[in-house]
Amino acid sequence: MNRTKPRLWPWHLALLLGVFGLWQALTSSGVLPEFFFGQPTKVLLKVAQWILGGEIYPHLAVTLVETLLAFALGTALGLVVGLWLGLMPTASALAEPYITAANSMPRVVLAPIFAVWFGLGIWSKVALGVTLVFFIVFFNVYQGVREVDPVILANARMLGASRRQLVRHVYLPSATSWVFSSLHTSVGMAFVGAVVGEYLGSARGVGYLILQAEGAFEINTVFAGILVLTGCALLLDALVNLLERRLLTWRPSRDGAATTRD
Amino acid sequence: MSVPALCLQDVTCRFAGRGLSAQPYTAVEGVRLSVEAGEFLSVVGPTGCGKSTLLNMAAGLLQPSAGTVQVDGRPLSGINRRAGYLFQSDALLPWRNARANVATGLDFRGIAPAEARAQAQRWLERVGLGRAGERFPHQLSGGMRKRVALAQMLILNPALLLMDEPFSALDVQTRQHMENELLAIWQADRKAVLFITHDLEEAIALSDRVVVLSAGPASRVVGEFLIDLPRPRDVAEIRLTSTFLDLHRKIWGALRAEVMKAHEQNQA
Repeated sequence: MNRTKPRLWPWHLALLLGVFGLWQALTSSGVLPEFFFGQPTKVLLKVAQWILGGEIYPHLAVTLVETLLAFALGTALGLVVGLWLGLMPTASALAEPYITAANSMPRVVLAPIFAVWFGLGIWSKVALGVTLVFFIVFFNVYQGVREVDPVILANARMLGASRRQLVRHVYLPSATSWVFSSLHTSVGMAFVGAVVGEYLGSARGVGYLILQAEGAFEINTVFAGILVLTGCALLLDALVNLLERRLLTWRPSRDGAATTRD
Repeated sequence: MSVPALCLQDVTCRFAGRGLSAQPYTAVEGVRLSVEAGEFLSVVGPTGCGKSTLLNMAAGLLQPSAGTVQVDGRPLSGINRRAGYLFQSDALLPWRNARANVATGLDFRGIAPAEARAQAQRWLERVGLGRAGERFPHQLSGGMRKRVALAQMLILNPALLLMDEPFSALDVQTRQHMENELLAIWQADRKAVLFITHDLEEAIALSDRVVVLSAGPASRVVGEFLIDLPRPRDVAEIRLTSTFLDLHRKIWGALRAEVMKAHEQNQA
């Protein structure tokens, strides 16, 4: 299957090395001031120190726990509310302007309120992440429920499905597939919520490390934090891919090669 | 005479118009139609004549605006529990594999999963898909999906089969093959069938009786023809017999005017 695809990874690697090399050359030759731009070798050294010295792990653990909690709670809440409003035309008509308003509000401004309500521990970050994740999942599920194929619904009813069985066997699986299509975005958003929350006020986490480093003008450490966060984000994305492939086997693959004929 | 399996008594169905200025649309008006027990009845008519509306009323998915629907002599309210419905488009649950799809109706009735699976497997074998149980609908061809849908309907042993142009999306060979299979399965226990199609040849080849519907809006029954061809039939071969051709000529005479009318309406 991959035969037609040219092998790109050597080029990807070359591009990365090129950018880092250029960065290194410009800062070490003094064209760019190292004070403001840092230096790749020192950034990588810092990352290595963190990983080998173990200094990063407690902070990373906090950030990841916040991310996963925000993701899980936000998804569950979005799924339940989306299903409920999708199935209740009256309630959804009533709630619609407020949902639109809540969605268009820049929700990062809620961070100070959450800090007051939930303190500087992990829960204020989780709350911020939940508000970000919730709307993505909610809108997808809401749309999914309203766009369930009417023929499939009619078929299930003819096969004797009760209202509850329709929800369990038709609406929920249909909505779940919509949740999965938004999974990449919502995991990313949970991560954003955690890091931004930490950055705005915390005592632990990678966002906190970055904030500390920034305060001390240690630009290399800031870059090191960014690098670690990027690595984590890529890892989470790969995990989502894996989960998606395991749980959505019933969906046609994207290249559509799985169809057979009789 | 015995009580008909399905009886539509002067049913009319109107839909509210879309938009503010739109007139209500009358799909069918004053249709009287009955399917006797064990009878294979086909309804033919030009496109847009409200054939599917009739079927949906028989299924209880749609309430008639006037008139009544009777099932085995009793007025129908809500979903018709004695009927199975084979839809024109794909109606399988895409997240269930073939076997689970066939077992869906049993699951809804609370049959134990192991028992439901075993029964579903037997039905898959009966429609020639014994080894495709693990495949999901998107991994099956159009013809195979139709067979799964047929098994999904028949596993509940409905007394009345409602079919809405079920084979119209299939290529000609697959279609004739499916029609023969349907006849073979039907021959085994002769359920009442209400079969909707726009294909007159298909209607004659399959049915005991063909009803012609007028062009919409406000479609009515304009003709009724007994098909006295011998059974068992082979749908490909029976088309070549002289009796078939006579019947075809006779019914087409009634249908042609309606098709022309529908065509002109579509042009306008």
